[in-house]
Amino acid sequence: MSTLHNISENQKDIKLGPIATLLVGDKGGQRLIMALIALAIIFPFCNLVFPQDSFLHVSTYTLTLTGKYLCYALLALSVDLIWGYCGILSLGQGAFFALGGYAMGMYLMRQIGDRGVYGNAELPDFMVFLDWKELPWYWFGFDQFWFASIMVLVVPGILAFVFGWLAFRSRVTGVYLSIITQALTYALMLAFFRNDMGFGGNNGLTDFKDILGFDLQSSSTRSALFIASALSVVLGYLISRFITTSKLGRVLVSIRDAEMRTRFLGYKVEYYKLFVFVVSAMMAGVAGALYVPQVGIINPGEFTPIYSIEIIIWVAIGGRGTLFGAVIGAIAVNYAKTYFTGAFAELWLFMLGGLFVMATLYLPKGIVGFVRDIKQGDGISNRFYLLFKNKVSTKLSSKGSV
Amino acid sequence: MAMAIPKHLENAPILYLDGVSVSFDGFKALNNLSLCIEPGEMRAIIGPNGAGKTTMMDVITGKTRPDSGTVSFNHKELNQLDLTQYDEAEVANLGVGRKFQKPSVIESLTVFENLELAQKGGRGIWQALMHTLTREKKQKIQNTLELIALQDKAQDLAANLSHGQKQWLEIGMLISQEPELLLIDEPAAGMTDEETMKTAELFKTLAKTHSLVVVEHDMDFIAALDCKVTVLNEGSVLAEGSLESVQKNQQVIDVYLGR
Repeated sequence: MSTLHNISENQKDIKLGPIATLLVGDKGGQRLIMALIALAIIFPFCNLVFPQDSFLHVSTYTLTLTGKYLCYALLALSVDLIWGYCGILSLGQGAFFALGGYAMGMYLMRQIGDRGVYGNAELPDFMVFLDWKELPWYWFGFDQFWFASIMVLVVPGILAFVFGWLAFRSRVTGVYLSIITQALTYALMLAFFRNDMGFGGNNGLTDFKDILGFDLQSSSTRSALFIASALSVVLGYLISRFITTSKLGRVLVSIRDAEMRTRFLGYKVEYYKLFVFVVSAMMAGVAGALYVPQVGIINPGEFTPIYSIEIIIWVAIGGRGTLFGAVIGAIAVNYAKTYFTGAFAELWLFMLGGLFVMATLYLPKGIVGFVRDIKQGDGISNRFYLLFKNKVSTKLSSKGSV
Repeated sequence: MAMAIPKHLENAPILYLDGVSVSFDGFKALNNLSLCIEPGEMRAIIGPNGAGKTTMMDVITGKTRPDSGTVSFNHKELNQLDLTQYDEAEVANLGVGRKFQKPSVIESLTVFENLELAQKGGRGIWQALMHTLTREKKQKIQNTLELIALQDKAQDLAANLSHGQKQWLEIGMLISQEPELLLIDEPAAGMTDEETMKTAELFKTLAKTHSLVVVEHDMDFIAALDCKVTVLNEGSVLAEGSLESVQKNQQVIDVYLGR
């Protein structure tokens, strides 16, 4: 038996906890989780403890912005799980994110109570405006936090199940699947734009006041939401890692690389795809639910097909099939977006497109793959790195000789 | 299921194709094909390109549904089954293993993981999620590794294997599935002479415990297998018998060997 196997057997002798076992040999994941936990402690601490003029103070704006990025990171993680490991290129992941967001938005809407513009304790403002007399049946239960929380998982989960069951059973794969996922999110966008749908139409759901009785504008609530977001990314990472390191994860990789072969090995490919698609949709739903109270609004714009494509770009740039690469990609691209849309707004979409093209051509394994290649000393990105290094060093030495 | 005859027939053929026809856009890939494989038999199938060899494999393994005809499979416990009623995964789990012409191993997994994936049992989602390798299962994989002479490569990515090694790994995966019937498509393609002969030896060993159907073009390889040969042409059986008798058959010489 090779040495590698002996090592893994030795490691089993030292009793590791279930979580530690998941992270054996996953340096990137270990660092990511430590960074997220540190962030979850430091940011809220610096926001709440240090006075506003202090050098160490983290503004509530920065806190909320970073919290938003963490939600995107969870969303990217959900995409990497299906795309990076199972080859399902969903260009409609934003739909599940938005549905989770709407479920949370409905709860926050009901929390407003009689503090709305019309002061109607039973009906949200937009329903009063539309002259509706009573709450539609599908709003029942959303005044309860526990019910809304379940719906955050169940609604995206059921949609993914029904959609996936139809698509995977009919063996729709590749670009065809990508196109119908785009159609899915587009159709939902059009539906949610309609006033009669009962989700606030064009304006969506907004003017939220509080969550579980805590004021949404206060720094401490924002801090709590931030911590919840960071911990959700940690939990999402651990769940994804559990799935991808199990035998099921290897079946997923096998489906990605050779779907027909996997069938002939006796695996029901459609069930495996369905499972991971539903898990991923639920993760996206949770991301949406944490996003809405932090940004204070959810509207049909979240279903826009281009948003779903953007998620793919985050994952591609971060490095698909690595999980923590998705998190890095989501945070890096969104920081860049915030900066560049502020500095040169019209150019951002061109830059995003350019970034995607560059990543596809020169960083096929994303940022994570690039760093890995340099460390291991192989791969296309390392050749570029060496070329660059040689040029710099020859320049330096020629300068030195002159 | 569809064709369950209650009693297990001890001496019934393990595989019986009865009047199978398949057409693609009017082209008859299989034309009333009938074929019988006895339990424990090794059978070589030859024939010119387009004779329907791969389509026949597709029909047996549930990839292609025939327009007419049945494929009876004599399962150990479930008795006579009509394989045309099942999909690829179900046929595989009933005990029919298939090896493709092109070596198709999972390149981004290690040799060990490829074999683990192929190992019989645990096809359900929950079983796969909670799967742990028992000592016994590990030992089985180890035995397979030795059989296919890849024990030194256990932790290498399958992508880094040579062509011949990939073929062997795929054969190893097939064995790990513990099928009763093995369908093997051009195993010797792209192998060196030495590897070809080794493979023939391996199949002879396998034939002691399995039924085998081997599709091959390489006459030396078929000679080394030393078994009954079926010649397919235009979707049906042209001739059947020992390699010698088939090679003397004028029809076979005309459509295949003489060219």
